[in-house]
Amino acid sequence: MNSTYPTTWKRPPQLVQSRVWRIVLTVGAIAYLLVAIGSVEVNWARVVVGMERAQRFIAGFLQPDFTTRWRDISNGLVESLTMTLTSTVVGVLISIPIGVGAARNLAPSWLYVICRSIIAVSRAVQEIIIAIFFVALFGFGAFAGFLTLSFATIGFIGKLLAEEIEDIDPAQAEAIRATGASWFQLINYAVQPQVMPRLIGLSLYRLDINFRESAVIGIVGAGGIGGTLNTALSRYEYDSAGAILMIIIAIVMVAEYSSSHLRKLVK
Amino acid sequence: MLNLSALTKIYKTGDKALTDVSFDVPKGQVVGLIGPSGAGKSTLIRCINRLVEPSSGQVLLNGTNLVALRSGDLRRARRKIGMIFQEYALVERLTVMENVLSGRLGYVSFWRSFTRRYPGADIANAFRLLDRVGLSAHADKRADALSGGQRQRVGIARALAQDPELLLIDEPTASLDPKTSRQIMRLIVEICRERGLPAIINIHDVVLAQQFTDRIIGLQAGRVVFDGPPAALTEDALTRIYGAEDWTAMRQGARDDAQAEEEDRAQAKKMLGAL
Repeated sequence: MNSTYPTTWKRPPQLVQSRVWRIVLTVGAIAYLLVAIGSVEVNWARVVVGMERAQRFIAGFLQPDFTTRWRDISNGLVESLTMTLTSTVVGVLISIPIGVGAARNLAPSWLYVICRSIIAVSRAVQEIIIAIFFVALFGFGAFAGFLTLSFATIGFIGKLLAEEIEDIDPAQAEAIRATGASWFQLINYAVQPQVMPRLIGLSLYRLDINFRESAVIGIVGAGGIGGTLNTALSRYEYDSAGAILMIIIAIVMVAEYSSSHLRKLVK
Repeated sequence: MLNLSALTKIYKTGDKALTDVSFDVPKGQVVGLIGPSGAGKSTLIRCINRLVEPSSGQVLLNGTNLVALRSGDLRRARRKIGMIFQEYALVERLTVMENVLSGRLGYVSFWRSFTRRYPGADIANAFRLLDRVGLSAHADKRADALSGGQRQRVGIARALAQDPELLLIDEPTASLDPKTSRQIMRLIVEICRERGLPAIINIHDVVLAQQFTDRIIGLQAGRVVFDGPPAALTEDALTRIYGAEDWTAMRQGARDDAQAEEEDRAQAKKMLGAL
């Protein structure tokens, strides 16, 4: 009982065991960072010109002009909102079966591979690129935007829904299986109740992502408020552009707050 | 009547969970399956309704070999086997009534179950069962609003809604306090007596098993090492199942629990009398 215990203790290194390598890696990372920063060329003359334009832009933003281009703005808005809602609904409806198929604990492996590939493709390609593609296929306008957002929604909801399904409490599913339930009854009784609140939350979240994206993809010709914004900017009408930006910000904030509130409600 | 012969389960990892397990359970007999953790108790009862696929051997329930059944027939066989789980395994976000009615899933079409339009007889039976387990006032509550003991009663009602010919019960008291445990065990055994149901109760509480079951089967490392009436479960037999341990102390603790319960009941009666 007389043995003495050490009074100091150090946390053992978790990642790199060797002390030498730790120093080499740290010094190397810092050196690379310095070199990388040094290699960024800054053209100060152009920054000055840009600042001037920024001033005009901010001035326009401070005196937003809602009236002159109101018809364009309201058309763009309606188009964007329509696009957002329809694409979210269609996207979620398509992504439910794909998400179920992409859940390892429910789907046979061939189906799993197919559904995971669809999700991977949808997630790998950024919205703007898909929008450019669809605009090239179907011409300018909201239809291309609708397709783009639906496609992006499938990857987003499909992946997160599949992960949620893989995390369900297996005991509840086992109990339903033990009653002699069929596969569809198992989904309806054991899986759906467990993932529904999350699915509703994700859909609401995707709804406000889709609205923001609809403003972005409008710039490449897929219709909506983004198109209107792009036109205003290229006409140097910064006051109208300011008005459009403010409306977008307001709508995004309303969507964000109401969706997070709704998500808290569904538990 | 249930008949297991040479039931063996080897997991993909090569672990032998069950080796040559054979026994018969006649109609109306309540069997307590005891053994240390990892002895294969859970695997054994799951091999009977094939939530776990046995590697070899036979499971005969009233003459049908369950091991040979294909998926459709297996579902029809499963609906005749009620199962009660450790931690209840209720679907938490569904109502108590939906949980009880889910015992009928094997009997109704997908559309009926999806729209929750069960046949009138099923609904009446579900209410009757809820009344039997003392929960008729809670039918519309969500399952996660109930206490542990109440949830396990819903689990029992769900299993009985299947109109089973056999009950498989996996650690029914594992997450309940001693008093509630005894109440649940008593309820299960009473119901088995009422209906002449055979049951296999997988339980780690030796004293509860001895008190409430007709027969005890001891499993050790996947083999049956004891099979006999509760009275024959001597210290020797316990040591064979679990290894050396101080069994008298355990029995004393359990007697104290039982006594405390008796006193509680006497107290309650006295208070009722006083009213």
